[in-house]
Amino acid sequence: MTNSIDDIADEARVFFITGSNTTETHPVIGYRIRRAIKNGARLIVADPRRIKIAEHADVFLQLKPGTNAALLQGMAKVILDEKLYDEDFIKNRTEGFEEYAEKISSIDLNEMAEITGVPAELIAEAARLYAGSNPAAILYTMGITQHTSGTDNVLALAGLATLTGNLGKRGGGVNPLRGQNNVQGACDTGALPNVFPGYQPVSSPEANKKFSEAYGAEIPDKPGMPMTRMFKAALEGQIKGVYIMGETPVVSEPDICKITEALGELELVIVQDLFFTETADYADVVLPAASFAEKDGTFVNTERRVQRIRKAVSAPGVAKSDLDIFCELGQKLGLKGFDYSGAAGVMKEIGEMNPKWKGITYERLEAGGLSWPCPDENHPGTPILYGEKFLTASGKAQFKAVDYKPPAEAPDDEYPFILTTGRSLYHYHTGTMTRRSEGLSDLYDVEKALISLEDAERLGLSENDRVRLSSRRGEVEAEVKPVSELKEGTVFMTFHFAETCANQLTNSELDPVASIPELKVCTVNMEKV
Amino acid sequence: MFKVTINGLDIEVEKGTTVFEAAEKAGIYIPTLCHHPDLPTFGGCRVCMVDADGKIVTACRAPVTDGMVVKTDTEEVSKVRLSNVELLLASHNKDCQSCTRNNSCRLQEVSAFVGINQERMRQIRRSVEPVKPDDSNPFFHRDFTRCILCGICIRTCQEINGVAAIDFAFRGFHTKVSVLGDKPIKDSHCESCGECLVRCPTGALYLSRPETPEREVESVCTYCGVGCGIKLGVRGDRVVHVEGNRDNEVNRGDLCVKGRFGFDFINHPERLKTPLIKKDGIFVEASWDEALDFVADKMSDIKSKHGADALGGISSARCSSEETYLFQKIFRALGTNNVDHCARL
Repeated sequence: MTNSIDDIADEARVFFITGSNTTETHPVIGYRIRRAIKNGARLIVADPRRIKIAEHADVFLQLKPGTNAALLQGMAKVILDEKLYDEDFIKNRTEGFEEYAEKISSIDLNEMAEITGVPAELIAEAARLYAGSNPAAILYTMGITQHTSGTDNVLALAGLATLTGNLGKRGGGVNPLRGQNNVQGACDTGALPNVFPGYQPVSSPEANKKFSEAYGAEIPDKPGMPMTRMFKAALEGQIKGVYIMGETPVVSEPDICKITEALGELELVIVQDLFFTETADYADVVLPAASFAEKDGTFVNTERRVQRIRKAVSAPGVAKSDLDIFCELGQKLGLKGFDYSGAAGVMKEIGEMNPKWKGITYERLEAGGLSWPCPDENHPGTPILYGEKFLTASGKAQFKAVDYKPPAEAPDDEYPFILTTGRSLYHYHTGTMTRRSEGLSDLYDVEKALISLEDAERLGLSENDRVRLSSRRGEVEAEVKPVSELKEGTVFMTFHFAETCANQLTNSELDPVASIPELKVCTVNMEKV
Repeated sequence: MFKVTINGLDIEVEKGTTVFEAAEKAGIYIPTLCHHPDLPTFGGCRVCMVDADGKIVTACRAPVTDGMVVKTDTEEVSKVRLSNVELLLASHNKDCQSCTRNNSCRLQEVSAFVGINQERMRQIRRSVEPVKPDDSNPFFHRDFTRCILCGICIRTCQEINGVAAIDFAFRGFHTKVSVLGDKPIKDSHCESCGECLVRCPTGALYLSRPETPEREVESVCTYCGVGCGIKLGVRGDRVVHVEGNRDNEVNRGDLCVKGRFGFDFINHPERLKTPLIKKDGIFVEASWDEALDFVADKMSDIKSKHGADALGGISSARCSSEETYLFQKIFRALGTNNVDHCARL
């Protein structure tokens, strides 16, 4: 997030939530937004589903899955045409406005309405509301990013915030709500193929030299392979061994058949987890790991706040923390520098290698979390980014208009429905943890594929009827629940349930820049069984 | 600033302060059942009555005026408070020993303060019809015989999480906290966040599996990216309870259903307890030395045969930052950038 939860919840006058089922996937932020709305903040929601937070919306845009960029640039056009933009901000803090304005102005709003299925007047209303009440905060999640056009969608959102001067200030910003407890920290500490810790590019000669020397290795200056390409590479024989920790790709990855096939091809599969997961079946070795309650460390939340977790109980059996496992393994592999004095010692090294975390120490974290960048021990942390300059060569925000590109698959006679996926309030991802909670399972234990009332009537389906859903990649049987929150032709499933695994169906086509798969749009057929 | 005198103590408070808040500032206890600092004032329990300039008022609703003289311990105040508490107790379940809130119950605290006469209670007590608790929710149950209709749960559901699943229903003696259609709460749009349970002043809302922790450890929730501060309640070597950390700036004590109740996995019998190596298609238990030697040998073998880029490291957004750092360090030290995690899923 560019901003903190507090400043947007307390000071945003408008929230624009798109591709985020906030009340179910980030419930406590959902509480804050509902409270803000009660106190007078306004709300725009854009989502293919009329999700719960949409009940509170002043403007709700029920767009067709995968048409985000068309909707967002349609809004930008209205802001430009009606001169609702922030001239001072554009003049002082941005570059490339003319080119952007020229390209966006040439958009035909009616065409955007046609593409998105949202009436032009409603797009205009949303644009006026967003631009008309400053500060306005954009909140989004995977509904924006999990598309072949994911990067473009984010650029289009950034364009709206830049046009209206909603960057670098309280109550504004472009705020991706991060999905997993430490997805931010995993990115920050360099568990990414193209960057070292602190987003220092592997291709940067200085960074590469620094890390190569510190790690006593010759680290390639070419980015490695993103996870979403590793399994394809395994099928092609380029990857021979994978080490998988703390996740279940045979449930969470798109196009599962390909994943299981790839796992079968590999010479070595190492799985390290709390439980014997669906992926563990394919492993050569399974290593028992400690849970968050059994170790010391830090998680970084969605607002870049580094916070302490603390050991409360012992791990079961001889299970060990991932940290202890890696220290031993590093030594067995003959690698340099794997003799740490616990988690605090590792944090010290992270601070040395990542300038953005230099000021973060365990001593300081005792007093509460710190948001990076935190460049020295006296720095208070940075809850809001870009207050003075942007991370570009000129320090100015750069406008970039994008071209709308439709999703990789479009409905046809064979696969007439669009399937989109997401999470439920009661479960988390592949359910490895939550499905072992009796109570959570009592509240939700069987997938209900949500279908529109129109499709239910046409196909003669009522609640709990079973259907066979099939795509070009696989098929799955599940119970259905007809709901008014979906438009005709759209199906929604979660990906919590391995036995009715929605990812048998999903498309593994990737965004060319971010390598994120198009999990939010694939076409399927649906038949009653 | 307004000058107020409470029980002879002079204090200064801002305009708009209530008598209750002024007394709190002066360190004077005023009994209340329906007041909660997180919630808007209700003024329903009528237990916080005080004498303000000669009039009997509810302290939680009455704003102070300049020069106001407040008395909290007059005969009339005591009488009014006592009869309001007596009326509540008259139809309240008197079996305190079996109640999960025994010794931490606000009604007990207030009763003790106003001074209940047991003989008089025997005379006015109504026979309390046994009512089956609503045990439809797996995490918390609702015992209507212990409900004092303070409305804290209702206001919590409206104001804290904005779900508004519950409200008062029926009238007079039949008034109860209910959901649409008076169904079991599981069939309502309650999201089981447990925020009402946390604020219930009596045992009307209680944990279905209560276990009192011996100690608490501050941590952060392990589910989504909000990063709510939690306190893990530990008994023996088990996590038995989770509560929101009110000192944490992210959530200030708020939690969702997964964060508050979804911790069974920690103590779950299916947790992996020992390394396993697949031999002839069957997993067999191994020591750490065996398992890590196996891993190190195989990884080194692949590296020497096919190069380091034939290895792929899939780290996790579920582990700590220190662990993801070490994971990428291993792969980079082996000479490959093929390291990533589940950020895209």
